[in-house]
Amino acid sequence: MEALPEFELLRPRTLAEAVDARAADPAARLLGGGTDLVVNIRRGIEAPGRLIDLTGVAELMTIKADAQALELGASVSLADLAANEAVRAHYPALAEAAASIAGPTHREMGTVGGNLCLDTRCIYYNQSDWWRAANHNCLKTTGQMCHVAPKSRGVCFATFSGDLAPALLVLGAEIELVGPAGARLLPLGELYIGHARHDGSGGDGKRYLSLRPGEIVTRVRVRAAPGLRSAYDKIRIRRSIEYPVAGVAAALKREGGVLADLRLAFTGTNPRPVLLAGTEKLCGGALDDRVFAGLDALVRDQVMAMKTTFTPGHYRRRVAGVLAKRLVTRLFAAG
Amino acid sequence: MARLLTLMLNGRKRVDAVADNLLLLDYLRESLRLTGTKTGCDGGECGACTVLVDDRPRLSCLTLAASCEGRRVETVEGLAEGGRLAPVQQGFHEKLGAQCGYCTPGLIMASEGLLRRSGDPSETEIREALASNICRCTGYVKIIEAVQHAARLRAGGETR
Repeated sequence: MEALPEFELLRPRTLAEAVDARAADPAARLLGGGTDLVVNIRRGIEAPGRLIDLTGVAELMTIKADAQALELGASVSLADLAANEAVRAHYPALAEAAASIAGPTHREMGTVGGNLCLDTRCIYYNQSDWWRAANHNCLKTTGQMCHVAPKSRGVCFATFSGDLAPALLVLGAEIELVGPAGARLLPLGELYIGHARHDGSGGDGKRYLSLRPGEIVTRVRVRAAPGLRSAYDKIRIRRSIEYPVAGVAAALKREGGVLADLRLAFTGTNPRPVLLAGTEKLCGGALDDRVFAGLDALVRDQVMAMKTTFTPGHYRRRVAGVLAKRLVTRLFAAG
Repeated sequence: MARLLTLMLNGRKRVDAVADNLLLLDYLRESLRLTGTKTGCDGGECGACTVLVDDRPRLSCLTLAASCEGRRVETVEGLAEGGRLAPVQQGFHEKLGAQCGYCTPGLIMASEGLLRRSGDPSETEIREALASNICRCTGYVKIIEAVQHAARLRAGGETR
């Protein structure tokens, strides 16, 4: 890899300092564990003039979790999140998702905020400078065309592959954003604006987060839903370090023999994490073939994975559906 | 941009002028000539550059030196005391946990991180704790035996 380009590193100690630094230079990049951003900088994918390291901001490093609610700071490490007993007990999908990310050393470094804002990935994007140049640079950098989806007519199809987002989506999380204009709360799903087929925004898909200039993701909040069971699982080429081929978070309620609530969210497949729409129509009866056939149809319609180095897109879509079925079956049968 | 970096390196306080864009890996290897820490994939995928920061493993190829301000950084050079190998090094030595040796410093530091928080790890815990480190020679079996042996040595028990 290349040597790092010149940049200035700021290390704020308080959130107020971080917000001021970000407001003064909205082009500055926020640095968590560096497991994604530093790699991208080393690959010449980006060359920010200023980095703001958020890992020294003590007020962003707290986990408050009990049976009623969860509040997570953006600089909490993925290792600390995965090991937290209250999170494991009351928000298992989130703990399982955190424990599944990359490898143990990456989890010591990576942060909640960094994983939620993870740059979208693509076989034509996460490559060295010379590789990308030799392949006519893709739309997400300086090129004119999305090579992974040549018929996309100027829309980027790079894939969102953070693992926390689907788990938090099925748990109904909100995020707190702080910027020059103050703080605001947002349903987590509204953070993600990468291309979706049903979305008529008409953008080029290169912007994948709805953050306003100068805003920082500071906290995640979840209010626990009584009786909601949740889990997370993913398929990878090997069980460590790799990004997901497909990841699935599931949450459901069972009342007697009846499936009373069902939520599924996918990562590693689309330009944004996908909270599957239409699952409410599958609820109200037993967990039978009708539910699984309906689930299959929803996955086919809404999950649209692209190829990676190792797998074609249609394989990723199929394993996403299989994982979803396995998780739902397991959660429905549990205790 | 540059700054004065103050940290504890292998138990000693150091103050060095470092550029903001200097990686911890290059600070250790190029500035301090501590070449025990290896450059492997150079992109966070292999674990050869693993060091301990405040007792926890970190990839020095993706960590900025300036982010270690005020922290305790330990490399493989800091483990031996008074010319005697540390238990984790002794374990790798006696159980043949190293073959070509390139991944060994990273694996030793990841193992040391594990043994500091879990004195008697199960095989599953060892496998999970070393899952960020890739070895192309050993097939990992001898490495796991080495860590189990090191755990016994640390506990002051049997030595073979």
